[in-house]
Amino acid sequence: MHELSVCQALLDQVRDTAQAHQADGVGMITVRIGPLSGVEPDLLQQAFTIARNGPLTSSATLNIERAPVRIRCRDCEQENDARSNRLLCSHCSSYRVDLISGDEMLLARVELHRAESSQNSPDPERKPSHV
Amino acid sequence: MCETCGCSIPDHKHPTPADHHTVEVLEGLMSANDRAAAHNREHFNRTGVLVINLMSSPGAGKTRLLEETARALDGKCSIAVIEGDLETENDAERLRRHGIPAHQITTGNACHLDAHQLHHALHEFPLEHEGQATDILFVENVGNLVCPAAFDLGQHLNVVLLSTTEGDDKPAKYPVMFRAADLVVISKADLLPLLDDFSIEHAGNSLRGLGVETPTLTTCAGKTVDINAWVEWLTDQLDQHRNNTQQKAATTAAR
Ligand SMILES: Nc1nc2c(ncn2[C@@H]2O[C@H](COP(=O)(O)OP(=O)(O)OP(=O)(O)O)[C@@H](O)[C@H]2O)c(=O)[nH]1
Ligand SMILES: [Mg+2]
Ligand SMILES: [Zn+2]
Ligand SMILES: [Zn+2]
Ligand SMILES: [Zn+2]
Ligand SMILES: [Zn+2]
Repeated sequence: MHELSVCQALLDQVRDTAQAHQADGVGMITVRIGPLSGVEPDLLQQAFTIARNGPLTSSATLNIERAPVRIRCRDCEQENDARSNRLLCSHCSSYRVDLISGDEMLLARVELHRAESSQNSPDPERKPSHV
Repeated sequence: MCETCGCSIPDHKHPTPADHHTVEVLEGLMSANDRAAAHNREHFNRTGVLVINLMSSPGAGKTRLLEETARALDGKCSIAVIEGDLETENDAERLRRHGIPAHQITTGNACHLDAHQLHHALHEFPLEHEGQATDILFVENVGNLVCPAAFDLGQHLNVVLLSTTEGDDKPAKYPVMFRAADLVVISKADLLPLLDDFSIEHAGNSLRGLGVETPTLTTCAGKTVDINAWVEWLTDQLDQHRNNTQQKAATTAAR
């Protein structure tokens, strides 16, 4: 199970992004995962509840967008959806195909939270309102 | 980066709700590993060594194949091995007994090698031994058909072993691993007469079902040994690798 190490890498990326934007909390994290990436969405979700503890991300949530498996045939140039272990052209049965979607493992978006700037906020320790 | 505001001013305010904003990142989750892998590749390309990542389920015959490979290539080219294993130093010791320079990475409970671990090993384990530059460096990955496929190590080629006792439908069960292969070695072919349900043709079809043109070959490294096709493939790859390296050097020099 390597989802925990993938998840730790994800959270490092998220924290870097949050710091670059001077955010003080992270809400929804959206990743895009294809079945041919080797990452199991359910295991990633489980790993996330353990790994998120720590600065900035302790109340973050993980939203996993599942990418479909799509191939393009090099022989007849048609595109079609496919199962991950049956990547054959559905028009001419060729195995000479290119994967156009299905192996992605991307950090797509991060929702950042920030307390309002100190002039407007009487209490600088104030947590974002919707935690 | 920031679609809401661009974030050029560090202290800017956002329209309501003031404490929300979503940034697009669109970066691969493996980017830290991939950067380390690219650095490893620089190490390799500095010496010209060909690096092969060997993967399979536990016990498919990776270490055994390397022992026989060393014997077959003795005097023709020099090989070295970096071993990834959960706990023991056993495989590295087996190889050293065959005169192969070997370095062990014990991964603890990680079920795969990653580029950082390999980089660390590269700084401890030289790519030349007794004044002789290593021609082929094998990385024997942790026996596992799932996780190692996700981690680029900086290798030039991936070889996946499928032993005849595992069943010929393994590619369909582990598509991510088998799609990553540049070569699939069907190992323990000496056992084929004893097995009634392993067909090399089925294994090939299962692999084609993944939409790849990956070549396959068979090896025997039991009581009888026949690894000729494998040795031939290796020598071809080494020649090709050297040609590529020379061509690259020539184009850089011409510039
Ligand atoms: N009959 C036969 N036995 C083999 C062959 N290759 C390996 N074996 C045996 O299979 C067992 C496992 O071989 P190893 O080389 O240790 O396998 P491995 O893939 O390195 O195993 P791990 O590193 O633990 O994943 C040993 O007992 C080998 O002698 C082969 O071609 N034929
Ligand atoms: Mg071994
Ligand atoms: Zn694993
Ligand atoms: Zn087609
Ligand atoms: Zn901003
Ligand atoms: Zn280095």
